[in-house]
Amino acid sequence: MSQDARRLLGPKGLIGDFDPRLRLVICVVFAVVTVAVDSFPALFFALALACVALLASGAALGKTLKRMITMDGFILFMLATLPFTTPGPPLFTLFGFPASFEGLLHAARIALTANAVVLMMLTLVGTMDAVVLGHALYRLRMPEALVHLMLFTVRYIAVIRQEYGRLRLAMRARAFTARNALHTYRSFGYLIGMLLVRSLERSERIMQAMKCRGFSGKFYILDAMHLHHRDYGFAIVALLALIGLVGLEVGYGRSL
Amino acid sequence: MDVLFNLADIHYSYPGGGTVLNGAKFALVGGERLCLTGHNGAGKSTLFHLMVGLLQPQSGTVEAFGQIRTKEADFRDVRQRAGLVFQDPDDQLFCPTVAEDIAFGPLNLGKSQDEALAIVEETLDQLNLTRFRDRVTHKLSGGEKRLVSLATVLAMKPDVLLLDEPTNALDEATTDHLVDILKNLPQAMVVISHDPNFRQQIGTRTLKLQDGLIEELA
Repeated sequence: MSQDARRLLGPKGLIGDFDPRLRLVICVVFAVVTVAVDSFPALFFALALACVALLASGAALGKTLKRMITMDGFILFMLATLPFTTPGPPLFTLFGFPASFEGLLHAARIALTANAVVLMMLTLVGTMDAVVLGHALYRLRMPEALVHLMLFTVRYIAVIRQEYGRLRLAMRARAFTARNALHTYRSFGYLIGMLLVRSLERSERIMQAMKCRGFSGKFYILDAMHLHHRDYGFAIVALLALIGLVGLEVGYGRSL
Repeated sequence: MDVLFNLADIHYSYPGGGTVLNGAKFALVGGERLCLTGHNGAGKSTLFHLMVGLLQPQSGTVEAFGQIRTKEADFRDVRQRAGLVFQDPDDQLFCPTVAEDIAFGPLNLGKSQDEALAIVEETLDQLNLTRFRDRVTHKLSGGEKRLVSLATVLAMKPDVLLLDEPTNALDEATTDHLVDILKNLPQAMVVISHDPNFRQQIGTRTLKLQDGLIEELA
């Protein structure tokens, strides 16, 4: 494997050495199991597994945690309101609204589940390049049209962003500053409109270029993904961990 | 010398726009490296698109490889035998990796995956680009993108190359490298270029597109 191909799989740690397809499948199974379990020991175990995976992956800790906090920001409001909206014996009252113990537990469960699943996803899937993810999805027989849609997006989002950057710079060079005025809104309207027109024209040129190379509706993906011994080892470890997770749920499921 | 392309009395105007070509004619014979110049919007790129059937002329005939071509189906094999390299490599390179982009053409021509991969290696080697094999196309520099887009077209083993402003936005070193490559290619080619220096280095003759007509430059 060349240096470049190696880099696409993620940082050189334990996780980056495993087959992308396997990482994807394990991540999905882990997510399903974690969403299905309810008991706190199992949920804490799931979060612990995700943390172990993160440490083993060699991914940048700070960056990963920042992404986690972003995700937590989305669910924070829901978590904060859950104790007040779930019926049950009141634990305390805030501004005259009773908060239930049930609701608090419910919020904690959701927070644990979400963090465990997202952390595992960032570790197993988030560390591979988007192109590798596309190839892995294709090899897992996901719908071809969707995979290519994703790969085209990955390919051209940077190009469109560059175009946006150039237009924005040209605006600034003519002393444009955004303020709450009709002129600003109109100018941004033009900017977005221009981006859409250019993207449409670009897509036509891409289509022409593809036709020139004999495109007739069929896409091809080339790669060499093979399962190695270490991948089987990884699969077994993951399977044992998942069995442990289910075991904890079965053992403690009724007590809490 | 065998005549590869023969365009006669080509008229073309864009819908809603003005007339671009107004009776243009020219012929390309084997072994020629023909340079094409003309002011912006003169219709140079349009001419290329007409040659490979991406556009149809309002009147006039496009003869390619000894046959008059009129319908979309007529142009399928023209597009393989006349490789068009677009002006903006970002239009040409759409596959995730360099190897896949180069293999795209051969696979479309019905080659097996192994054959296509062999062509990829051969083409990369020919242009001295082997180190870019597994690179992600959109992360290449401008010059690298240009050379890779040339590779994607060469992989189809065309008889003619149509290059649309190949030196556009290239630095001097990359331009020199491109000159070396082009001079050593066996294919006949038509090259659009505004750079007199570049034209002089590679061209065997130069045509100028003006007022919808093509005339020879001394």
